[in-house]
Amino acid sequence: MNISNHRRTRDRVVTVLTYLAMAFVLLLPFALFVGLAAKSELLFRDNSLGHLLFSSQWKPSSGEFGFKPFIVGSLYVTLIAMLISAPICFLSAIHITQYAPRKVAKIVVTAIDILAGIPSVVYGVWGMVFVVPWLGRIAAGLGIQSNGYSILAGGIVLSIMVIPFILNILMEIYRTIPKELTEVSLSLGATRWETIRDVLNRKALPGILAAFGFGFARAFGETMAVLMVVGNVVKIPSGLFDPGYPLPALIANSFGELGSIPEIESALMFAALILLVVVLVFNATLRWLIIRVEKY
Amino acid sequence: MEQRSLADVRALVKRHEKPARTGRKLGEEIFFRSLMNIASVLIVGVMGVILISIFYKGISTFSWSMLAEDMGSGFYLNRGGGIKNAIVGSLYLSLSATLLALVVGLACALCMNVYMVKFPKLLNAARFLLDLIWGVPSIIYGAFGFSLMVFLGVKTSLLAGIITVALFILPIMIRAIDEVMKTVPAGLSESVLSMGSTRSELSYKVYVRQCFPGIVTAVLLAFGRAVGDAASVLYVTGESSKTPTSLLDNATTLPVAIYNQINSPYAATQDKAYASAFVLTLIILIISLLSRYISKRYQKYRIY
Repeated sequence: MNISNHRRTRDRVVTVLTYLAMAFVLLLPFALFVGLAAKSELLFRDNSLGHLLFSSQWKPSSGEFGFKPFIVGSLYVTLIAMLISAPICFLSAIHITQYAPRKVAKIVVTAIDILAGIPSVVYGVWGMVFVVPWLGRIAAGLGIQSNGYSILAGGIVLSIMVIPFILNILMEIYRTIPKELTEVSLSLGATRWETIRDVLNRKALPGILAAFGFGFARAFGETMAVLMVVGNVVKIPSGLFDPGYPLPALIANSFGELGSIPEIESALMFAALILLVVVLVFNATLRWLIIRVEKY
Repeated sequence: MEQRSLADVRALVKRHEKPARTGRKLGEEIFFRSLMNIASVLIVGVMGVILISIFYKGISTFSWSMLAEDMGSGFYLNRGGGIKNAIVGSLYLSLSATLLALVVGLACALCMNVYMVKFPKLLNAARFLLDLIWGVPSIIYGAFGFSLMVFLGVKTSLLAGIITVALFILPIMIRAIDEVMKTVPAGLSESVLSMGSTRSELSYKVYVRQCFPGIVTAVLLAFGRAVGDAASVLYVTGESSKTPTSLLDNATTLPVAIYNQINSPYAATQDKAYASAFVLTLIILIISLLSRYISKRYQKYRIY
């Protein structure tokens, strides 16, 4: 070996440190899970898992912890956001990758980049100043009792926030479809749209569904902006203009005031654990599906 | 055989020349194209509306003195004061967290691309795990950081915030760097190794230089996320109305300050929230512009 001792030792030390960093990062998801699970253990002494997830009784002072209103609130807000953003993202992704002239595509992509960069709190401020009063007026026009702080407001703000996230994945998917598919289809006499509808979309379908799934998981955990416009009333919402109380909002809102009582702290950690499990399961399933699809 | 008159044949040809389908095909094409245009216009429009309204509201309530003064006591109760401590707090927090995440994240990305390429199965598993934590929302890091603090028995501080935010931006940073390093051709590693270099030299001398623009972009991306995020530090850094002077001081960050201001019952304090949101948006936009400029500028130092 022609390698100096000094260089060899340095190589060994650096290699070990590099692997250590890697190990640290790979342990992170397990650490998050174990840490949160250990903290929520206290809650399980008096309540069964089924009771915690499906009871609507939330009275922390008397030891009643039913997370159903929060879980349902989260689901509603996220579903509304997805219903708004999914068609927009789908259409715009095709537009940018298939139709738009380079300059137009550049403008839209820049807009997406800017939207992606705007902090959550700023979306929240915008929602409080514009979306909420606007919805309040619409509700008044429809004769519904609402001040505008509602799951619909949360859904609208959230839909704008996830658009860049979903759209970036979708654009990537359409860009990786081989050009030959389009060329063959066009040369057989299909129109542009027929090519997209029958060839590209069919090829991209698993990817499109995965993109929506990732968007859902992303929207499910979004905190600040939703917290600011959704009303935060512990009740299962019965209409679009009803206020709701999603899980992340619960965690963010009650830390300061309640963090000192062990049972409540444990309940909040359990809320975070639900959130973590939902996001991890979603992401793991979708990743796995993508890997399966890519093989064929 | 049946005899056809010329008129019949002409009619037949005419029918085939102009099939009913063409009209429908065209109609469908036009219909979906216009829907797509509407979708894209909507996105650009929403971006414009948000930026214009934040700037409009913010500039009309902004004053330079806000940047020069600390909050002081009773800031949220309309007793005056600026947001200097929040801005400085945010910058301290994000800069240190980004630095911390860079040290660990760069090593991690290099480990995957230089060392672990020898074990493809292990590498796939690692990327899978990284993809999983990439999607974990920031509030979970906040909750985790808080419980870790309680567990260790330490009080809220800037340092606790730095560690929490570093954990939060770590997956983002690693993924961004990894994306760039994946594109480095195998020929580069092979030739460097065949010249007698060690793997660590290949990592930290060749890869880092080759991927420099990508690393800078990753750093700025992570920094932007760190500056803008409130949920992870909401209860970890504590509250303070003064500019932090040590790592163990409590600190208020700009996003948290905005959240508290807009929830204040006083209209004047809420006005300051608009101005602060404007400042925060401006910081984010500057970072984004800077990252575009730098990645373009350093592109020319790549070998391939």
